[in-house]
Order: sequence, then C-alpha cells, then structure tokens
Amino acid sequence: MNDKIYKAILFVTALIMPIVCGGIVYALVTDAYEAFEHFGFFKFLTSSEWSYTEGAEQYGALPFITGTLMTTLLALIFCIPFSLPVALFAGEYFKGTKIAAVLSTVTDLLAGIPSIIYGLWGFYTLRPIIMTLNISPQGSGILTASLVLAIMIVPYAASLSTEFIKMVPNDLKEGAYSLGATHAEVIRKIIFPVAGSGIFSSYILAIGRALGETMTVTMLIGNTNNIPESITSTGNSMASIIANQFGEADGLRLSSLIAIGLILFLITAVINMIGKMIIKRARIS
Amino acid sequence: MKKILLSIVTLTFAIVLASCGSKTNDNSRKAQQLSGAGATFPLPFYNTVFEQFAETKGDAVAYGGIGSGGGVRNLRDKIIDFAGSDAFLTDKEMADMNPVIHIPTCMGAVVLAYNLEGVEELRLTGEIIADIFAGNIKMWNDERIKSLNPQALLPNEAIIPVFRSDGSGTTFVFTDYLTKVSQMWASKFGAGKSVNFPVGQAAKGNPGVASVIKQTRNSIGYVGSEYAFAQKIAYAKIQNSNGEFVAPSSASISAAASGEIPNDTRTSITNSAAKGAYPISTFTWMIIYKEQNYSDRSKEQAMATLDLIQYILSDEAQKITAFVHYAPLPTKAKEISLANLKTVTYNGEAILQ
Repeated sequence: MNDKIYKAILFVTALIMPIVCGGIVYALVTDAYEAFEHFGFFKFLTSSEWSYTEGAEQYGALPFITGTLMTTLLALIFCIPFSLPVALFAGEYFKGTKIAAVLSTVTDLLAGIPSIIYGLWGFYTLRPIIMTLNISPQGSGILTASLVLAIMIVPYAASLSTEFIKMVPNDLKEGAYSLGATHAEVIRKIIFPVAGSGIFSSYILAIGRALGETMTVTMLIGNTNNIPESITSTGNSMASIIANQFGEADGLRLSSLIAIGLILFLITAVINMIGKMIIKRARIS
Repeated sequence: MKKILLSIVTLTFAIVLASCGSKTNDNSRKAQQLSGAGATFPLPFYNTVFEQFAETKGDAVAYGGIGSGGGVRNLRDKIIDFAGSDAFLTDKEMADMNPVIHIPTCMGAVVLAYNLEGVEELRLTGEIIADIFAGNIKMWNDERIKSLNPQALLPNEAIIPVFRSDGSGTTFVFTDYLTKVSQMWASKFGAGKSVNFPVGQAAKGNPGVASVIKQTRNSIGYVGSEYAFAQKIAYAKIQNSNGEFVAPSSASISAAASGEIPNDTRTSITNSAAKGAYPISTFTWMIIYKEQNYSDRSKEQAMATLDLIQYILSDEAQKITAFVHYAPLPTKAKEISLANLKTVTYNGEAILQ
C-alpha cells in the first residue's frame, strides 16, 4: 500500500517537468504565431529589418541570430586556451593532487558567480581597457561581450573535460610510456583521440550556456539592431533584444520578440541534444 | 499573460498599501485606496506627492512604474483609477477607449549629456543634434559645431552617440523634437518610443545611458532631466526657436509651456516658441476616464481620484517639483485642468460642483 502511494507521488512529480516544458513550448508557439503568420517563417529568419514605424512595422531575426552566433563562436574560441590547460592540468599532469583539487574548485567557483557581476566587471574594467587599447572607440561590442562570455563558460568546459581526461584507461597510457613516448606525445596521441569526443561534447554544453546568456551580453554588446560588420562593432543578441524591448512592446513587436525566444529555445535545445548524444557515445566506447 | 502579471503587480501594490492605514477623511468621506500605473519618468515626483497626499487627506495611493504603454493598457482594461503617461494618447488610441481626459501633472525635459574632456560649455542647435544622431556629423571638430563653440577645445575624434535600447517616453520626446527641427530626421527616422538610430550604441534606461556617457570619452546621449540633474552630468545648451541658447532648468522648462495650450492639454511643447524656453521639454500626464463609474468603483473612490488630482495641481504639490528635479506647471495648464476636472462624472452627474 505504502509502496503504491510512494509510486503515485513519484509519478505525479516526475510528470510535472514534461508538462511544464510542453507548456513553455505551447505558450511560445501560440504567441509567436502572429509574427510568423505576418512575415512568413523564413522571411522572419532571414530579414535584417527591425523597424518600428507604425503601420509599416518590419521585424526580422537575422541581426540577432548573427549576434548570438558571433558572440557564442568567439566566446568558444577564446575559452579553449583557458579551459583546455586547466583540464589537462587537473585531469592528467597533477591528477589527484591537492593543487589540482584547488584549481578545480576555483574554476567551478567561476560558475557560481551571478552573471550581473560579470557584466559589471566587463562594463567597468574590461570596456575601458578595450577603449584605451584603441580596439574600438565605444568599448562595447561583440568582442567585449565574447571575452566576458568566454570566462563565464570556462568552468563548464573545463570541469567536464577534466572528467573525460581522467577516464582515459591507464593501461593505454602506460603502454605508450613503455614504448618511450614523452608526456606531450601521450597527450597528443593517446588522451586526445580517446577522450576527444568527450572533450568536444563538453564544449558543446558550454556553447549551450553562452547562447542564452542575457544580462552580461545586454550590458556589453552595445544594443544596436544591425548585423555586426566586424567583431569590434556593436550588435544585439537574441537574448539581449528580448531583455531590452520586452517592457514596452505589444502587438506585432511582442509577438516577434516571442518568436525570437522560440528560435533561441530551439537552437539551445538542438545543441544540448547533440552534446548529450556525443557524451553517450563517448561513454559507451 | 503579461497583462495578467501586470494586474497582479498593481493589485499587490494596492493591497499592501491598503493595509497601511485607514484614517478618516476630513470631508467625511471614507479613506480610499487608489491605484495607478504607468510612466516611470514622474515616479520620484509621484512618490513624494502621494505620500504627502496620504498624510493630509488620508487616501492611500499605489503607483506602479511599469511604463507609459503598460499604464494605458491597464486603464483600457479598467483595472486602475488612473494611468500615468509621458505621451498623450493619439486620436486613434482615444477612439479605442471610453472618453478620457488628460491632466498634466508636472514637467520635465530631455538633456543632451556629453563627455568631452575640458569642454565646460557646449552649444548645439536642433539640426546639428539631428545630424549627429543620423551619423551625418561624425567628428567633434566639425565646422558646424566649431562655429557655435569657438571657445571650446573640440577634439579631432569621432562622436559616439548613445541612445536608449528600450522603448521609452524619453526617446519619444527627443525624436519628436528632432522631427520638428529637421526635415531630414522627419523623413528618415521620425518620432517614436523606439527609433532605429543608425550610429552609436544603446543602453537600457536613463541610468544605463548616463553611465555609458560618463565612461566613454567623446560620447553624447540624451537623458531625462530628472535623472541628469540629480546626477550632475555635463549637458549642452540648446538653441530654441527664438535663437537663444538655453540650458535646461526648472525655469526654462516651465517657460516652454507658457504658450498656447489646447483645452484637452494634448500638446507637444518641444521646440516651443516661448521666450527663454528649453526646446526639448515635455508634460507628463495622468489619464482618467470621464465617466468614473466603471468596474464597480464607488462614488467615494471617484471623489478620491479627483481629490488626488486637485492636490497635485495645488501650489503645495507643485512646489515639490523643484526638490525632485522636475519643473512646475504654468498657471494656465493648471487652470485648464481644473476646468476639465469639472466635466468628470459619476453616473452622468458631475462630481465637482
């Protein structure tokens, strides 16, 4: 009897999550419908016009999709030289030592810092540096946002990569050493090929985090509704345009913003799914 | 969904305040709880005035700063007693609702804040501002700026315009002014709460724009006067339509409304022809229904609403404007508004005698 009740409660609580997720998708789709119907789905995706003129409103998601993809890709590139050494250090060279534990904890700590703090740091510290170095006159832009994003996603990429590097079987490494391989050769020829797909998937999950980051990006990207011409120019990401304009939007503009939210939701979901699939395959092999 | 959320917020405010006090009113009417929502621009002024009103009259007032658009939406849904708005309703918006009246409550302005090392005074004209924000004037040492400011050491650097990334009444007032003074601006960009500025960068809210300007050399942007005055940012003198270069101040903002005001007070006072007027000035309004019997409101509640508005128009309340960095209404605007209040009815009968 007790067992039955227990099972029923578990069943109900477990069911809540899929219902919530379904509800979110349902709400997004119904509210975004007006925009898709008015502009056409593909036109909405590929139009770079974002014009408020009453009666001739034109909304397209391309500048924001570009902004999101550019910041995410750059953040990923900037994050590799920071996260990969941390992972190798903690997962291979100093595996199991105290110093590795300290390093991992500190890196994980970065994940716990609220994004507004990163935003403030970027705004008051990094932005003036970019201006003094004459990289861009206004300081804000894709580059500034990407640099801070990169630091934000380091812990996600590093801690998972560390786990996969630790999982490389010792027999393989010992075999290589017995044949006279150096430490560097073991990393290149044994660890990377074996843990490669796992490391790759950890970066995919880090991308998932960077895609939706809102506060930091809004503070640093410059918030202009154009397709960025270069990495130093200003732009807007999908998350930041929603954060900026949700307050006063109604009608078609509100629907367009929700449509952008739906697209962001889909992109994030697909990328996370790819990451999970690769991890699964890596674990099996 | 958003509508429901906003109503919940407004209601919560009302309930919280309702529990605060139930003093009886001096004119034998039971103390009421009023609720309003809308523009954030007059929020500091309203907070102070509503507090004073609660002390003298006993009626509690809750006001949610959710933006002009949200306030008007709530009024249309008939869930509040009054809406606050920085922009008056258009004829089309008026046609969508039961008859309403607009009452100006105080005045403010939009200032052009800048960050130029060693430049203490900067003079600009409307056309130059339009050309800067349209990207036609790119350098600080442009001939047109230089000829207005022969004393200033203008750097040979690019101008960085800063604007609002969120929809805002401040943007509306600023672009409304540019539309009046520049043909080019009117045809290419127009006026609105959100406008596609072609150059520069954007930040969220007055604090966002102000902090970007403070931090970025050679930048210029528009900021609400109530915020700029409180923050002591450097701002430009702007040429009005009489050719005078005027700095924004309580007096110069009030002067902008000293001209003709239509009976429904729905008028833009940017680019005012009055003497000594700061050209980017604006009213902010409260909007109420002409017929006060809606959504089961009692007559006492309707009376309290009118008492509140009369209080705001009183000299006592208007004096507060200066302390919180706004400008008082000119006498004429007050007179017209008091006359308009007499047309407000409950079940078709005038409330005020």
